[in-house]
Amino acid sequence: MRVVLRTPEREERELKGPKKVREVLEELGIVPEGVIVARGEELLTLDDEVADDDTLEIISAVSGGKR
Amino acid sequence: MKCAVCGRKAAVEVRRQGRAFCPEHYLEWFEHQVERAIRRHRMLKKEDRVLVAVSGGKDSIALWEVLRRLGFHTTGLHIQLGIADYSKRALEATRRFAEERSLPLIVVDLKETYRLTIPELAELTRRRTCSVCGLTKRYVMNRVAVEEGFDVVATGHNLDDEASVLLGNVLHWQTDALVRQDPVLPAKEKLAKRVKPLYLLTEREILAYTLLRRLPYQHEECPFAAGAKSLLYKEALNKLETAMPGTKQAFLEQYLKKIEPVLQKGLSAEEVALRECERCGYPTTGEVCAFCKTWDHAYRWAKRKGRIPGEVRFEAEPLLTFIPEGKGGGDARPAPSQEPAG
Repeated sequence: MRVVLRTPEREERELKGPKKVREVLEELGIVPEGVIVARGEELLTLDDEVADDDTLEIISAVSGGKR
Repeated sequence: MKCAVCGRKAAVEVRRQGRAFCPEHYLEWFEHQVERAIRRHRMLKKEDRVLVAVSGGKDSIALWEVLRRLGFHTTGLHIQLGIADYSKRALEATRRFAEERSLPLIVVDLKETYRLTIPELAELTRRRTCSVCGLTKRYVMNRVAVEEGFDVVATGHNLDDEASVLLGNVLHWQTDALVRQDPVLPAKEKLAKRVKPLYLLTEREILAYTLLRRLPYQHEECPFAAGAKSLLYKEALNKLETAMPGTKQAFLEQYLKKIEPVLQKGLSAEEVALRECERCGYPTTGEVCAFCKTWDHAYRWAKRKGRIPGEVRFEAEPLLTFIPEGKGGGDARPAPSQEPAG
């Protein structure tokens, strides 16, 4: 799956699916409390499963610069 | 994961409450949280004229949207800091939001008003950018509110901001700053009442709200914020929050409930009386307020470096541009000095 990170700089990663959103964040070393994960316009919870052909966006919620 | 209200698929988890919501019920829950905080702390009255400090980022845009939906009379105040294209894009997002909703907006352009931008002010005074920026914003916000007759200034400070400031103050035992963490700061002579209606909502919850409501906001971060200590504190608190949901809220709320009153009582003997600044007439503890001192200092250096003509004196009065219903170019005029309007 394609993962677009906006934390806040734009960066792209490729990960193997299917897996849970929680596992995606763990694999990328991202603290879940600081981000929102979206698939298109749909917001996802940590238990949601994402497929290999999905494109995810991980948006940083932390204001004030780099995480 | 299912919505706690209707059982449909959930979109946002509020882990600290052990609940999740579908988009529709999340928006309802979020706005109810803000309404509850306003009522609980008597932040705003329905008839109040509210000046909303709007940077263009997610927090202030979400705050303005919720206050508008709750039926409050709001006007936005946007301060152009002069941080290159970052500031221009911040104004664009703010104007777009105001225009789409026909909300009145006041803009103060620091370069236009005071001849210097925030990065120039920091460079000339050799102080940290965030420090002179915060000082200037607080002064301008208060002065615009007082002189334009607003009852209250609302800012988008959230739970992460408040908990990270508290952590920083506790780590250094900044007792003077610790007693000023209230979500409501009452009005005093020439000091407008200040409220933080989002103080119990996390940044993540606010971002979810802005995305679900499809609000225009500035995504990018201020280039000067990178490396700020507050980010380190926020990250540490988010790690704790992930392991122990509810930590940030308990840390802040229990402090406000149990510790701050004791501190305030214990420190009241040290409280210094406020007097009028000899330069601008606004409240300060010394002869000249920190705002006038800082800008006077910058002017001295700017003159030495030939950036400002020698005969120009720093004047603290901000130049306001009124954009009625967020439309058109707006008329620039100085704020009427000293006496509050209407």
